[in-house]
Amino acid sequence: MRPIFINVGERTNVTGSAKFRKLIADGDYPAALSVARQQVDAGASVIDVNMDEGLLDSVHAMKTFLNLIAAEPDIARVPVMIDSSKWEVIEAGLRCVQGKSIVNSISMKEGEAKFIEQAKACLRYGAAVVVMAFDELGQADTAARKVEICQRAYKILTEQVGFPPEDIIFDPNIFAVATGIDEHNNYAVDFIEACRTIKATCPHARISGGVSNVSFSFRGNEPVRRAIHGVFLYHAIAAGMDMGIVNAGDLPVYDDIPAELREAVEDVILNRPQRTNISNTERLVELAPKYKGGKSEAKGPDLTWREKSVGERITHALVNGLTDYIEADTEEARQGVERPLHVIEGPLMDGMNVVGDLFGAGKMFLPQVVKSARVMKQAVAYLEPFMEAEKVGKPRVQAGRILMATVKGDVHDIGKNIVGVVLQCNNYDVIDLGVMVSADRILDEAKAHNVDIVGLSGLITPSLDEMAYVAGEMERRGFTIPLLIGGATTSKTHTAVKIAPRYKGGSTTYVLDASRAVGVVSGLLSPTERDRIQAETAADYAKVREQFARGQSNRARATLAEARDNAFTPDWTAYAPPKPSFTGTRTFEAYDLADLARHIDWSPFFASWELIGRYPQILEDDVVGEAAVSLFADAQAMLKKIIDEKWFEAKGVVGFWPANSDGDDIVLYTDESRQTELARFHSLRQQMAKTTAQADGGRANVALADFIAPVGTRPDWIGGFAVTAGHGEAQIAKAFKDKGDDYSAIMAAALADRLAEAFAEALHRKVRTELWGYAPDEVFDVDALIAEQYRGIRPAAGYPAQPDHTEKATLFRLLDAEAATGLELTESFAMFPTAAVSGLYFSHPESHYFGVGRIDKDQVEDYARRKGWDVKTAERWLGPILNYEA
Amino acid sequence: MTRTERIAALKQAAKERVLILDGSWGVMFQKRGLTEEDYRGERFKDHVGQMKGNNDILCLTRPDIVGDLHDQYYAAGADISETNTFSSTSIGQGEYAQEAAVRDMNLAGARIAREVADRWTAKEPHKPRFVAGSIGPLPVMLSMSSDVNDPGARKVTFDQVYAAYREQIQALHDGGVDLFLVETITDTLNCKAAIKAILDLQDEGYEPLPIWISGTITDRSGRTLSGQTVEAFWNSVRHAKPFAIGLNCALGAELMRPHIAELSRIADTLVSAYPNAGLPNAFGEYDETPDQTGHALHDWAEQGIVNILGGCCGTTPDHIRHVAQAVRGMTPRPVPERPTAMRLAGLEPFELA
Repeated sequence: MRPIFINVGERTNVTGSAKFRKLIADGDYPAALSVARQQVDAGASVIDVNMDEGLLDSVHAMKTFLNLIAAEPDIARVPVMIDSSKWEVIEAGLRCVQGKSIVNSISMKEGEAKFIEQAKACLRYGAAVVVMAFDELGQADTAARKVEICQRAYKILTEQVGFPPEDIIFDPNIFAVATGIDEHNNYAVDFIEACRTIKATCPHARISGGVSNVSFSFRGNEPVRRAIHGVFLYHAIAAGMDMGIVNAGDLPVYDDIPAELREAVEDVILNRPQRTNISNTERLVELAPKYKGGKSEAKGPDLTWREKSVGERITHALVNGLTDYIEADTEEARQGVERPLHVIEGPLMDGMNVVGDLFGAGKMFLPQVVKSARVMKQAVAYLEPFMEAEKVGKPRVQAGRILMATVKGDVHDIGKNIVGVVLQCNNYDVIDLGVMVSADRILDEAKAHNVDIVGLSGLITPSLDEMAYVAGEMERRGFTIPLLIGGATTSKTHTAVKIAPRYKGGSTTYVLDASRAVGVVSGLLSPTERDRIQAETAADYAKVREQFARGQSNRARATLAEARDNAFTPDWTAYAPPKPSFTGTRTFEAYDLADLARHIDWSPFFASWELIGRYPQILEDDVVGEAAVSLFADAQAMLKKIIDEKWFEAKGVVGFWPANSDGDDIVLYTDESRQTELARFHSLRQQMAKTTAQADGGRANVALADFIAPVGTRPDWIGGFAVTAGHGEAQIAKAFKDKGDDYSAIMAAALADRLAEAFAEALHRKVRTELWGYAPDEVFDVDALIAEQYRGIRPAAGYPAQPDHTEKATLFRLLDAEAATGLELTESFAMFPTAAVSGLYFSHPESHYFGVGRIDKDQVEDYARRKGWDVKTAERWLGPILNYEA
Repeated sequence: MTRTERIAALKQAAKERVLILDGSWGVMFQKRGLTEEDYRGERFKDHVGQMKGNNDILCLTRPDIVGDLHDQYYAAGADISETNTFSSTSIGQGEYAQEAAVRDMNLAGARIAREVADRWTAKEPHKPRFVAGSIGPLPVMLSMSSDVNDPGARKVTFDQVYAAYREQIQALHDGGVDLFLVETITDTLNCKAAIKAILDLQDEGYEPLPIWISGTITDRSGRTLSGQTVEAFWNSVRHAKPFAIGLNCALGAELMRPHIAELSRIADTLVSAYPNAGLPNAFGEYDETPDQTGHALHDWAEQGIVNILGGCCGTTPDHIRHVAQAVRGMTPRPVPERPTAMRLAGLEPFELA
C-alpha cells in the first residue's frame, strides 16, 4: 500500500536537533540510539542521520552511529538516509549499511565531472540518491531554475551514469518565506510549481525537501511553525512531493488548523494578493503571538480526573500509580455491584488491562507498572474483609499459576520480584518461593500447587548449573509444564545448549527481561498458540545449538604456554611497589550512609528497573525521561529515610598482605620476611590468540598475577576487601511486601545494592589516598570515580577478570569477613546479605580491568592442579568460560 | 568457444531449460580420507601448523582430485561447476597463514575447472559446460559486532573486506571463469563489498561477467544471519543487476521452499536454489537421499519458481544426477516484470510505489 507521504525522521540530525548534537558531542551513543528508536516507533519510514558539525569528527561519528544502529533490530529495520554535505562522510556511511539506503545529497555544485563520479559511486554501493537543485551557478531559487537543473541532472544520471530513474530523488530547495524581503515571498510557490513540472517531465523520479526551512522566520513560535508546515505540505504533496524531512510526531492535520490562522498562513505560502492594507507577512506576524500559547502558571496537581466516572477514576489511578483516593474509589465501586469480587473482575481488571496494553506498547515503563501493582494490591486489600465476610464466594478466576524461585546457592531476587509483580498485574497467580530454593522444594511445591509454569532465576554463574540440574529433575520426575529461565547471567544460548536438552518432557524458554514475561507466559498457556510457540522455540533453540557448536570449533585460542609467553610484564627493575600503611586487616563498622550516598553511581539503578540510559541524561530522555524522573524522585525520598532512620547498616573490612606472584598464582606471606606462605590466590590467564606482538602494539594475554611483582624481584603487596550495606534490607523489604507495596520493597533492595557498590567505591578511594596511600593527592570527583579514572583496580571473584567464584572463600578466610561484616557465603559462593561487594586490591599503575574470556583445556588442567581439584571440579566452576564441551 | 561466446551460450541455455549446478565439495573431500601430507604437497611441506581441512589449498597440492570432482559433477549432468575457491581470500586463508598463496589458489582453481569444462563441452557440444568462480563468505562480518560488550565493534573495515574480495575476483577472472558466484552470504554488507569489487574491475576494463548472488537464510525466522528478510536482501543487492539471485545452504529443501517462492515472486532475474541435503542429524551428517532431493526439487521446477538448481552441504554427484534427471525437459521459470518503484531496505524492505 502506498503511503501518501514519507516521513523521514529528522531528529538524528545534529544540524536539526540541538539535543542530538549534544548527545553525539558528549559521546552518549546509547541515548542517541534511543532518539533513533523513538523516531522509528513514532512511524518514521526512513531515518535521516546527519553528523555535519564543525566540532565533530563527522566521519567517525557517522561510522560509530551506523555500526551501533546495525546492532538494534528495531531501529535497523528501516532504511537509513545518509545525510552530509561532505562526500567522505557519505562514503564512510555507505560502507556501514547492509541495506539499501538513500544518499543525501549530491549535486552539480562542483561541476558535472564530480557529480558523475559521486553518482556512479552511489550506484556501485547500491543506494538511492537525493540530488539537490544546485549547479555551478548556485542554488536554484526560482521555479524555472529548479526545473532546469533537475532536468539536466536527470538526463545525465539516466543516460550517462545508468542510474535507475526510480532511485533518483530531487530536492528542489525549500527556502524561508515571510522574511520581510519581498523577493522571498514566492519561494514556496516556486517549490510547489517546480514539483509539478519535475514530476511531469522526469518519469519515476521522486521529490523531497527539508520542510522546516520554510517557517524559519517564525522560530520560537512552534504552533505557528507547525501550521505553516501543515499548509505547505498540503499543497506540495498535491503537487507531487513524495517525502520530506519532518518531525513525524509533530504535524497538524490541515483541517485542524484554526481557520483564521490557516487563511493567513495560506496567503503567505501561496503568495496571494494581500487582503487588507498590510502585507500577508505582516498580517501573519501580527497574528502569530495569539497562537503562540505559552507555559501555564504553576498550580497544584490536576484533579480534573476526579470528576469522571468511578471506573475511569480507578483506571486513572492505576495508570498513574496514585494511591490517594483508591480506597474511596474502591468503596464507591463496591457499593455499585452485587459482590466485592465484581470490583476486582470489573473496574480493577479493566484498569490493569489498560496498564498491560500501555506497557506492551512501550508507553509505560517498568517502575510505573510496579507502582500500578501497588495501587491494585491496596484496592484488593481493601476488599478482602468484605470477601471474607461473604464466605460463600467462588474463587477468583486467574489466568494461570506460576511458581517462581531463585535457585539453590543464589540469593539475588530483584529481577525475579519485578517479573512476579508484572505477572500479577496481568492476573496471574504467582507463587514466589524466594531465594536459595532447592530443586526438590521447587518441584514439590510445583506439584502441591498444581502450577502451570515454573520460572527459575539466578544472577551468579554457578546458578546456571543449578538451573540445568532443576531441568534434569523435572525430566526425571515426569513434569511436562513449561520451564522459564531468567536472570542476569542466563542467556538464550545457555538455555538452548545446557538447560533445554535436559528437560525433554516440556518446553524451556529463556526470558530476556521482565517486559517479555507476560508475552511468553500468555503464549505458553494459550490453548491455541501453545503448540506452535513451543515448536518454534524448540526449532530456534536447535539452531542456536548448531550455531554454538559451530562457534566452538573456530574460536582460536593460544596455548597456555604461548599465552604465558605473551604475559603482561612491567619492568620491575624500574618500579618499586608502594607499601601499605599497615598489614593485616582493619574493620569499618556503621560506615556513614550519607557519605556513601554521595558515591552512588545511578546508571545501574535505572538499569535494574529496565530503564536503559546514562544518568543524568536519562532524566531528559524523550522516551523514558518522565518515568526516570519520577523513579529518581522516589529513590531520593527513600534514600533520605534510609539515612535519617538508619534502615541499613554498612560494614566493611580491608586487609593488606605482603605478596609476590608465582607464575599465575599470587602468594601471600605471613610477614615481611616473606618466608612462610599464608595463602595463595589463583588467577586465570586470557587465551585469546593474539596476532600482533606487544612490541608492535598488540595486547598481552593478561592474568591478575601479572600486576604483582614476581617472587625474587621486589617486595610487593596485595589488598582485599568485603563490604555490605545490606544488614536490615531483608526486614525492610519484607515489611513493605507484607503491606502489598512491592514497589517500595524492590526500591529498598535496589538502593541497598547501590549503597554497597558506593561503599566499595568509597573504601577503594580511602585505600588509594590513605590506607595504601599511593595516591594521596587524588581529587574527589564522583564522575571520575564512576569512569574508573584512577590508579589501581579492585576486581571481584566471579567477574570477568577472575570468573572463579570459589576464590571468595580464600578472601573471606583471610579477612575473617564473616566475623567482621556479618557476610556469609552460600554453597555457590554468593554473598548474603546480597547488597555486598568483595574483591582484591592491586596498586600497579598499569593494572586494569579485563575479561579472561574463554579458556582451553590446558589451562583448566593447570588450574585444577594449582587449586588441588580434579579436572571435573575445575570444569564445573569454570563452566561458563570453557572453550570446549566438557 | 571464447568467453564472450560461452556467456551468450549460458544466457541462451537459461532461457531453454532449468540449469543444473554441482553439489557439495566438503563431503566429497572428506570421503577421500586425505592426509595432512595430501594437503601440504611439496609446496607447503614446511608449513607450520595444520593444513588439513583447508580444502581450497588442494587446488595447488592435489589438482588431480579437484579436477576429478569437477569431472564427476559434469558427468552427473551439471551445466555449471564451481571452482574450489570458497575460502580463497586473504581473510579466509588467514587461519592457515596462506594469505600469500591466495592469487595462485584462485588462478589454479579457475584453470582446473576450465580445463575439465572445456573437455566436456568438446565431447558434448550440444550441452556446453560452464565454470562459476566461487566467492564464499568471510569469517568476519561487517554488520555484526565482534565484541559482545561493544555493539559498534567490528573486526574488519569495509576497505579490508573489499580488498580481500577484489584480489580473489581478479584472480578468478584471470584464471578464466565464466561467471562469479557470490554465495552463502550471511552478511549483505560483505556481499556489497564483493559486488563493488566486481563492478569496479569492470569499470577498469575487465570484461563484464555475469554475477550470481546466493544468500543464506539461517533458520525458520526467514532472515539472513545479519537480520534481513529475503526481500530486503534482494533490494540491497539488486544494483549488481545479477544474472541470478538465489539461496543456498543452512536449510534443506523443505524449509527453504517458502523463501524461494518469495524470491521467485519479487526478483526480475533468474532464481536459483541449492539447498542442503536436509537438516543435519545429531552427528552433523545429512541423511536426505539423492532420490528425496531429486523429488523435492522436481516439484519446484514444476511449479515454475526456479531457473537453476543444485546442491549444497551433504549433496553428492548422485544427488545432482537425480536432480538433473528429475527436471530434464521442464520449462524454466519465466522472469517476471515488476512495476518500477523505489525499493529500499533496512532489515526489512521499504517500497515507495
